[in-house]
Formats: sequence, structure tokens, C-alpha cells
Amino acid sequence: MQLEQFLERSAGRFPEKIALVCGDRRLTYREIEEQCNRLAHGLIASGVQRGDRVAVYLDNSVEAALSIFAALKAGAVFLMINPTTKTEKLAYILNNCRATVLITHAKKLDALKDGLQQMPHLRNVIVAGTMIKAVESGAKRFVSLNDLLIEHDTSVGVPAKRCIDIDLAALIYTSGSTGNPKGVMMTHLNMVTAARSITQYLENTHDDIILSALPLSFDYGLYQVLMGFLAGATVILEPSFAYPQVILERLSSENVTGFPLVPTMAAILLQMKGLSPGRFPRLRYITNTAAALPPSHIERLRGLFPATRIYSMYGLTECKRVSYLPPDQLAIRPSSVGKAIPNTEVYIVDERGGRVGSGTVGELVVRGAHVMKGYWEKPEETDRVLKPGPLPGEKVLYTGDLFRMDGEGYLYFVGRKDDIIKTRGEKVSPKEVEAVLYTLSEVKEAAVVGVEDPILGQAIKAVLVLADGAALSERDVMRHCAARLEDFMVPKSVEFRSSLPKTTTGKISKRELGLPTGGR
Amino acid sequence: MQPIEQQLRQFVINNFLFGQGGDQLSNHDSFLEKGIVDSTGVLELVAFLEDQYRIKIEDEELIPANLDSIDSLIRFIEKKAQRTP
Repeated sequence: MQLEQFLERSAGRFPEKIALVCGDRRLTYREIEEQCNRLAHGLIASGVQRGDRVAVYLDNSVEAALSIFAALKAGAVFLMINPTTKTEKLAYILNNCRATVLITHAKKLDALKDGLQQMPHLRNVIVAGTMIKAVESGAKRFVSLNDLLIEHDTSVGVPAKRCIDIDLAALIYTSGSTGNPKGVMMTHLNMVTAARSITQYLENTHDDIILSALPLSFDYGLYQVLMGFLAGATVILEPSFAYPQVILERLSSENVTGFPLVPTMAAILLQMKGLSPGRFPRLRYITNTAAALPPSHIERLRGLFPATRIYSMYGLTECKRVSYLPPDQLAIRPSSVGKAIPNTEVYIVDERGGRVGSGTVGELVVRGAHVMKGYWEKPEETDRVLKPGPLPGEKVLYTGDLFRMDGEGYLYFVGRKDDIIKTRGEKVSPKEVEAVLYTLSEVKEAAVVGVEDPILGQAIKAVLVLADGAALSERDVMRHCAARLEDFMVPKSVEFRSSLPKTTTGKISKRELGLPTGGR
Repeated sequence: MQPIEQQLRQFVINNFLFGQGGDQLSNHDSFLEKGIVDSTGVLELVAFLEDQYRIKIEDEELIPANLDSIDSLIRFIEKKAQRTP
């Protein structure tokens, strides 16, 4: 099965059911299916070939959802780019995967103008929102998304399938340990497997109404749409969690049954004064992933949502999801992230790769059809995490996360093998932030660490040593970072020191900085 | 420029724009659409308003219509100030 068939099948079963709600727009499965078919025909007519990369750089919106399924229907590989990504990094990603199509919004074009010249592989820019008219600029063609839909309004049929299920469906870029992001290669089979497994334990049905304020560039947000369409459910996309009151109103007025959260969102909800227990009797489940909820937050969420099942989960982009804690276990072992999801095997290994028994800390290994194919054109980094499994030719995923298992097989997260920071639910490689800091000529040494934060989990802190005679303020540093990094990667605080502690080999020792690292 | 407007602009520029780009921020620009605030930014903004103007902001008031631009902030604070003598 291919990923776009989630939509195609639900459009066949529930054509007049509302599939997607964004702001005041409500689209049925039939409408989404027809518009995706038109857009797919438009992509094919513009020269998109099987396996071409189509980049989607949009806020959570109808157009973003259409773009995903249209790209798949055209046999292309889609990638969602965080809408707060700055032009330089956008260019890196688009050049890294040699994307030929960029789908974006008219309001982003101004900021993009100069950057587009640095993207030689890009041929078509499809623009949502109001655009005056199609233009050619250099070797690039700009066309309005609405025009494409109108031009192809007779081509409502499903385009002929060009792919098989072991072809790539998506690239999901994650913060890389070398400083540049890397594209996680997911096939149709990978993603269909993950979506089926998760909808199975969440018991999703076509009666579900799922509200997501997570960005589609975050796999957790992306899968809300994929899984919702698989189940034939209704998906409500919110562009942001900045105004939680708006989200809560929506939960009530739309009778939402499924509400995915990250710990930062839960912390913000729990800060609200006027939230009374039992206000959302229709809410069937809340999910949490990205980092563990503190036990005190779990307790308070259970109080506020007495009729709602709360799922603690764990996963990583490289296989989407690893484990979930059955809600009836939450009171018994609140700090566990549960057991392997359906159709997945997990085990813990020591330094030499030998399996360890319960109670012993080691690296978690994941085996299943949802494990990625590797990092796009990064064979060495791929070999570090995908290693031979039990069957000939098989690869299993070494997560880099340290875990222990209790006597009954439940998993407990212990820490990371590397220094990746988890902030606001997103993974941030300190190297990526440090690389940006080192582009400041005043900076002699930089160490980026995650420090404990009640809302963010970990907040990013930069500790800097300046060159002799150089002057720089905290605000200068933040401004420099904000111009180059996504919002969540910008340091929340900057500290200046005269020197940084070093290891015997002369490397900066972050452990000896004396900062509370938090996380979990 | 009125003092409230000036104070609000200064806060937004200092805290969300890191001191620069104020000339490109017009009073009706949506903070969300411009990518100026995120969920933690709204929390910082609310803490600033409560402290600076000695007002108490209720959960129901945490909506874009009250908080999402300099203009809406001015209107919101003036309305709150009238209610709290």
C-alpha cells in the first residue's frame, strides 16, 4: 500500500465527510481528493518525475495538506520544511536533496527572493495565496497554486501509480550531529507501517476528530494528518499553540476526541487558571511524546481530563515511534514510556552489541518495517545508526538513547549517548547552533547546552568566550542566531566567560560547565 | 507616539526582535503571522503586561484579538485600565 491511498480509500468510503478543518475552511474527503488529484496532474505536467523531491514550506494549512498528497500522487517524495526556517538553511536543505519543486506562500516570497538564486535545482515555485500572475525568473517558473487547480479542473481522476511501496515517500530533516540537518529517508512502507501501528493502539476510527497544533514539519504533526486520513477521521489543523485559549475553545466547539501534545504544551495548559476538570467530556485521548511529562504534570492532567486516556509515548524520526504506555499503566509506572508499539521489536544492548537483561542500562535498538532507509546521501552517518539485524541484509536502528527495562518489559528512558538537546519537543544538535555562533568573528569559543526549564523541558543556553578585545551583548548574539536558525533553536540565554573547561584532549567539556542540564 | 505604544513597541523590539528591525514593524502587523512570537513568547508578553500595567489578564482574554499586534495590545490595555480604577 502507498501512503496517498490513505486519502484515496477514505475518499471512497466517506466522500461527504469533513476531512480537514483549518480556520474557517472545512473540506470533505471528496474535495480534498479532487484537489489533490488536480494538483498532482499539475505537478506531473510541470515535469515532476517519479522520485523527484517536492519541498513544502507552508504554515499548517489546507494547502500544506494538499501538497503532501498531491506530491505522493505524482510519485514524488515530499519534504515539509518548518515555516520558521531561514533562507540560508532552506537553501541548504533544498540543495542537499536537489528538490525541483518548492510549494510556498505568497507572503514568504519577499524574504525568499534572493535565496532562490542559490537553489540551482529548483525549477518550479508553486505559490499559495494571492499572486499576481505566473512569471519566469531565470530558469525558474513561478505559478499560483490556485491557477494550477483551475487549469487541471478536468483532471479529477487519480494519476496512474508510478511508485511501489519500497520507494521513498518523504524526507524528514532533523538536526544533524555535524551541524547540518540530515534527511531521514522514509519509504511508503515505513510510513504506512508506523501509521497503522499507532492508529491500532490509539484505537482510531472514522468517528475521531483530531486537533493538532504541531507543525507538519515535525513528524508527530505530520502523522496526525496521515493517521487521521487513514482512519477516515476529521483533522483540525491549528497554525500555532501560541494562544491556548483559542485551542481550548476549538476542542469544545468541534467535539475533539484526540489531542496530541508535547510537554511544553501540557505545561502551558497547566498554567492556565480557569481550566476546570471535566470541561472536555468528548476528548477520548491525549498523547504525549518528544520527552516525558513530569509525574506531577501527569497527575494534574489526569485531574483536568478525567474522561480522557493519556498516552505516554517515545519515538524518534528515524522510525517514527518506538513505544507507548497503555493508559491503564500510567498510574502504576508514570515514568515509563511503555512497551514496543504493535509490529515492532525492541531490545537493549551493551557497548559490544550484546543484549542485556532487565535492570541494566544500555542503548535501545529498534527492529521493524518502520525503520528508515538511512540519511539522504550520508552513508557514514547512516552506518552509525543502522546496523545489521538478525536476518541477512536486515538493518536495525540504534537509537543513541540509553534505556533500561523493568522485569515486566516496560522501558525507562535514562539519557542520550550524545549531547542532543530536547527543547519544546524538538531535537536540537548543539553543533548546529555552535556553527552559527562561530560565524560571529567576536566568538572565540562556544558551547551550547540544554539547561533545565519548567516549560521547555530544556532551554538552549550558549556559553561563549570572546576574542581578546571583542565586545558583544547577549542580545547581539540572539539576534544573530534568530536571523539564521528556526525559532526553537535560538538560545534563550547567553553567558560570557573568560575560559571554558577542557578535557585532557583539549575539547570543551560541557559537563564541567556546572550547569543543570535538565531534560529527563 | 503615545507612551503606551512606545513602551509596547520597545518591549516587543527588545524581547522578540532582539533590538533590531523596529522600523519594519508596523502597529497592525500580526505577531503570529510575522513569526515574532510563539507560545512561550505570549507567556512573556502576558507577564510583562501584568507587571507593567498592574492588570490581571484572565485566561479568556488570551486571544489574538487582544494580544496579536501593537494596535490590539493598545486597545486591550486601555480597555482594561478603564475597568480597573
